[in-house]
Amino acid sequence: MPDLTRREILKAGAAGAAVAGFSSLGFDVAVAEATTVKQELRIEGAKVSHSVCPYCAVGCSLLAYTRKNGKDTELLQIEGDPDSPVNGGTLCPKGASSMELAVSRRRLKHPLYRAPGAKGWKRVSWEFALDKLARRIKDSRDNTFVTVDEDKNVVNRTDGIAFAGGAAFSNEEGYFATKLMRGLGLVYLEQQARV
Amino acid sequence: MTNHWRDIRHADLIMINGGNPAEAHPVGFRWFMKAKVDRGAKMIHVDPRFTRTSAVADKHVRIRTGTDAAFFGGLIKYVLDNKLYHDEYVREYTNAAFVVAKDYSFKDGMFNAFDEETGAYDATKWTYETGSGGQPSPKGLGKTTKKATGLTWSAGPDAPFASIDIDHPRSVLNLMRKHYARYTPEMVERITGIPRDDFLEVAKLVGEMGRPDKVMTQVYAVGLTHHTTGSQMIRAGAVLQLLLGNIGRPGGGMNAERGHANIQGNTDNAISWEILPGYLKVPAPGQRTIADYVEESASKKAHPRALNFFGENYGKFMVSTLKAWYGDKATKENEFAFNYLPKPAGNASWISIFDQAIEGKMEGLMLSGMTASSIGPDTNQVQRGLANLKWLCIMDSLPTTTSEFWHAPGADPSKIDTEVFALPCTHWIEKDGSFTNSGRWSQWKDAVLPPEHESRHDHWILAELFLRVRELYRREGGAFPDPVMDMTFDYGDPAKPTLDEIAREVNGKDLKTGKRLESFLDLLDDGSTTTGNWIYVGSYPESGNMMQRRNGVQDPKRNDPTGMGFYSEWAWSWPANRRVLYNRASADPQGRPWDPKRPGIEWDPAQKLWVGDVPDYLPDADPSDADAPLPFIMTGEGTGRLFSNGLVDGPFPEHYEPIESPIENPLHPEVSASPAAYLYDKAAGRPNRFGNVDEFPYVATSYRLTEHEHYVTQHVERLVKLQPEAFIEIPEELAREKGIETGDMVRVWSKRGKMEVRALTTKRLGPQVIDGRKTYQIGIPIHWGYVGIKTGQHWLANALTPFVGDATVRTPEFKSFLVNVEKI
Repeated sequence: MPDLTRREILKAGAAGAAVAGFSSLGFDVAVAEATTVKQELRIEGAKVSHSVCPYCAVGCSLLAYTRKNGKDTELLQIEGDPDSPVNGGTLCPKGASSMELAVSRRRLKHPLYRAPGAKGWKRVSWEFALDKLARRIKDSRDNTFVTVDEDKNVVNRTDGIAFAGGAAFSNEEGYFATKLMRGLGLVYLEQQARV
Repeated sequence: MTNHWRDIRHADLIMINGGNPAEAHPVGFRWFMKAKVDRGAKMIHVDPRFTRTSAVADKHVRIRTGTDAAFFGGLIKYVLDNKLYHDEYVREYTNAAFVVAKDYSFKDGMFNAFDEETGAYDATKWTYETGSGGQPSPKGLGKTTKKATGLTWSAGPDAPFASIDIDHPRSVLNLMRKHYARYTPEMVERITGIPRDDFLEVAKLVGEMGRPDKVMTQVYAVGLTHHTTGSQMIRAGAVLQLLLGNIGRPGGGMNAERGHANIQGNTDNAISWEILPGYLKVPAPGQRTIADYVEESASKKAHPRALNFFGENYGKFMVSTLKAWYGDKATKENEFAFNYLPKPAGNASWISIFDQAIEGKMEGLMLSGMTASSIGPDTNQVQRGLANLKWLCIMDSLPTTTSEFWHAPGADPSKIDTEVFALPCTHWIEKDGSFTNSGRWSQWKDAVLPPEHESRHDHWILAELFLRVRELYRREGGAFPDPVMDMTFDYGDPAKPTLDEIAREVNGKDLKTGKRLESFLDLLDDGSTTTGNWIYVGSYPESGNMMQRRNGVQDPKRNDPTGMGFYSEWAWSWPANRRVLYNRASADPQGRPWDPKRPGIEWDPAQKLWVGDVPDYLPDADPSDADAPLPFIMTGEGTGRLFSNGLVDGPFPEHYEPIESPIENPLHPEVSASPAAYLYDKAAGRPNRFGNVDEFPYVATSYRLTEHEHYVTQHVERLVKLQPEAFIEIPEELAREKGIETGDMVRVWSKRGKMEVRALTTKRLGPQVIDGRKTYQIGIPIHWGYVGIKTGQHWLANALTPFVGDATVRTPEFKSFLVNVEKI
C-alpha cells in the first residue's frame, strides 16, 4: 500500500465503501471518522512531543500530546508515532497504557528514610537524604578501599559498595553513572542485562 | 542484534529459540509476520511452551528447557554431514581452515586446560597452531597500506599467524566434525525431548538456508541466556549461522530481543562490572600501564589479512576515555591516570553483589530502577543479603519490593538494621536523553512533562552525591581521594548536568580544535582526543544530535533509497550509523551480494567504493586486491569464529545439563553439568541449596506475560486489571494425576522457596520423554510480589530459582530448575 496518513486511509475507505457502510479495512467508516473528529478536538492545540516507549527494547516511537493549564502540564494522550520505521504508529498493550505509568497517583512523592530497626518510613528533606548518603558513601569507601592487593598490585578499588542501574536509564544517565561510580572506585557495577 | 527489527522482514526462515516475541515483543513481531505474509518465510519456534508465537509459526518444537545447545549441536552435525553449509563463506569468512594447536582435546565432557583446584579452564590454551606448517602469507602482503580513510593496517611476514589448512586433521572444520559427530538425531531426542522426525523436519528447513540465495535469522531472548550454559547456547546458534553463511546479511544474523527500553544502551555504556564503555575490558590487577592493559585485553592478529580493527585501536579508545574522565589530570607522564581506574579482584556481577552481602563484605548498595528482591535469584538469600547491608539506597519513581524489603511479609523490621533511603526519581517521560533499542538504534526523546512532586532526575542525584562526597574528601581527606577530586565535571551547572551536555561528552572531541568528532577513526592515543564511548562517536558531531533525526516511513522514497529498510536518517545506530553488523560478509569475495535481491553492501567499481549500508569494512578497499582485508574487521582472525577462546567453558559449544536436572547428561554422565559453572554457595562454604529429581520431580521454567514488564507494571491499573493475579501453568496430564483443576490453589516449591498461587492447567505444556523418562515442565510467570495495586499476592517467583551463574557471564539459571507441586 502506498504510504498514506491515517486520515487519507479513512477517506479512501469512505470512498470505496459508500454502499456497504464498511470499508475494505473492516471497520465502520462513519464511526472511524467520528472518532477522528473527536480525537482532533481532544488534542487540538496540544503540544506534540516525541518520546520512546519505556518498556521493552523494540524501541517504539511515541507521540505525546500535552497542554499547559496555568502552571501545570497536562498529558492528554500517548500514541504510536506513524513515522517510525520500527513501529509505524502501532503499540502493544503496555505501550498503549504508558500514559498510566507516566502519570500515577502511586508515585513516590518525597524522599523517605528508614532508620536501622525502625518499623516505618520517615519523610525527610532532600538535603537530609543527600547529606547522610554522601556521608555513608564516603565512610564505606574509606572502610573498604583497597589501594594495593595481596600481590602488591595497585588496584585502587572500593570493595564495599555496589551500584545497579536500571534499564530505564537513558544512554546519557547510564554513561554518567558508570563514570561517577568508577570514579568512586566501585567494581560491583551492574544493570538489567544479566537478570 | 547484529541486525535490527525491521530487517527481520527479509528472512526466508525465522528460527526463534528461548523467546516469545508475539507476546513479549509484539510490535517487533510485526516484522516476523511481514516476512511470513509478504514473502512466504517459514517460522520455527523452539520452546518448552506453546505460545502465541507458536500459534503462528509453521512449526513449534517442544524442547526441554536448558537443552538448546544440544538442539543446535544436532543441526550443526546435520549441516556438516550433508554438506549443506555455505562452502565459499565457510572457507573465506570463517576460521574453518585455521589449524588448532596440538594440545586441544575434548574427552568425556572435558576440554583440555581445566584446573581442578580453581574449577576453571585456562581459555588461553585454546588457540591456533602457528609458524611453520602453515600456508605462507598470500602474495603481496607484508606491506603497510594507508587507505584514504586514514586507517592503516599492516602485516609482517614474521608475525606468528595461524596455520591455514582446511584439510588438516586439526583444522577447525575437522575438529568440529568430530566434536558434533555425537549429536545424532537420536541423541538430540534423548536430551531435548524433540522427536527425531520433528527434529529432522526442522533440520531440512535449516539446511536449505546454506544456499547463497537463502537466509535465516536466528532470534532469541532470555530463554537462551538464563542458563548456566547460556552463553554457549547463543554461541551454538552463531556457529550454525556462520556455517550457513547468514551472519552479516540482511534477513540474517544473531538477534537478541532485549527486554528493557535501554538495556542495550546501558550495556554499551558499561554499567557492568567487566567492561568500560564501548566493550573495553575492565583493567585487571597487575596492569600498570596502558601498554600492559592493551597487551592483555586486545585481540591479536592471527591472519595476515586480518584488519583486527578493535585490537589495533584498543589503546586509542582507552586513552580517549581516560581523557574524557580525567581531562588535564590524564597525561602521558601518568599513563593517562590509568591507576585511577579500579581493578576488581574477581567477578563482581549481580549474584556476586548479594553473595558478598551475605558474607558481610558489602556495606552499601544503590539500586536505580531495579528491585533485587523480585529479580532474585533465590529471593530468600537476596533478602538475607539486603538485611546484612549497612545502608541501601533506592532510586525509583515508584515503591519496589526492595525499598519495602524490611517489612515484607514474614520479615521482622526490628531485627533488620539496614538503613534505607528511598529517593523519588523522575520517569523516562520527564527527561530527555536517548534509548538504544535491540537493533542498536539510539533514539532521542523529549522531556514531555515536568518532574512530579519532589522527584529529581537520577543523574542529578548522582551528581549531587558525587560532589558532596568530593567536598567531604576536600575537608577530611581519606582513602586515595585523587580519582574523586580529579574527575571532569565540565557542565554548565555541575550539580545539574543536562543530558544534552552528557551526550556531547559521550561523542567526544578533538582537544586541539575543541570540535566534536565525526568518527572513531579520528581517536588517538596521544591524549589529544576524548570520547565517553568510542562506539557512539558520530552520534553528536558538530552538525548536531544525530539521534534526534526523524526521517522515517513518512517518505520511504527519500529516506530508504535502497528499499532495504536501513532508514539511515532515522535516529542513529552504533557503530558509525551502520544498520547491519559484519555486512562485508553480505557480499561474496568479489564484492557482489550473495543475493542481489537483498544486498547489504556491494562494491561499486565505478566509484571505487562500497555502497548500500554503512560498510563494516574499509569503504574503499577494492576486493580484487590480493591483500584486501578479510571481512570480519573486528576480530584478530579477520573471520567469524567457529572455534573461539572468548568463553571460559569451551572453544566449541557443548551441551551440559542445568545444575538442577531430571537426568544425567547422556553425552557424558560423569560430567553432567558444566564443570565451569559458578556455584556460589559451594564456593563460599555455605550449605547446598540444590534439589534432586527424587524430591523435586518437575522441571520448571520462568517467563513473562504481555501485559506486564517485570515488576513496575504492578503499579499500572489497566495492566493489573488485564493480568490481576499470580498463577502457574501445569500440563493437563499432570494436573489430572494430581487432582488439580484450573483456579485451584496450589503450592509449588523448590529446595529454596515456595509460592502458593492459582493453577492454570493447559495443553500448552505437554509432557515429554527425556532419556526414556516421562518429564513434565511447569511454567511460572514472574510478575507478582508484595508491592503494587494488588498486594494480596506476595509470592515472589524468584524465591524458587537457584543461586548459580553461567560460567562466563554469571547469568543466573532462571529458566531451568526443579520443583514439586501439590494442591492445597
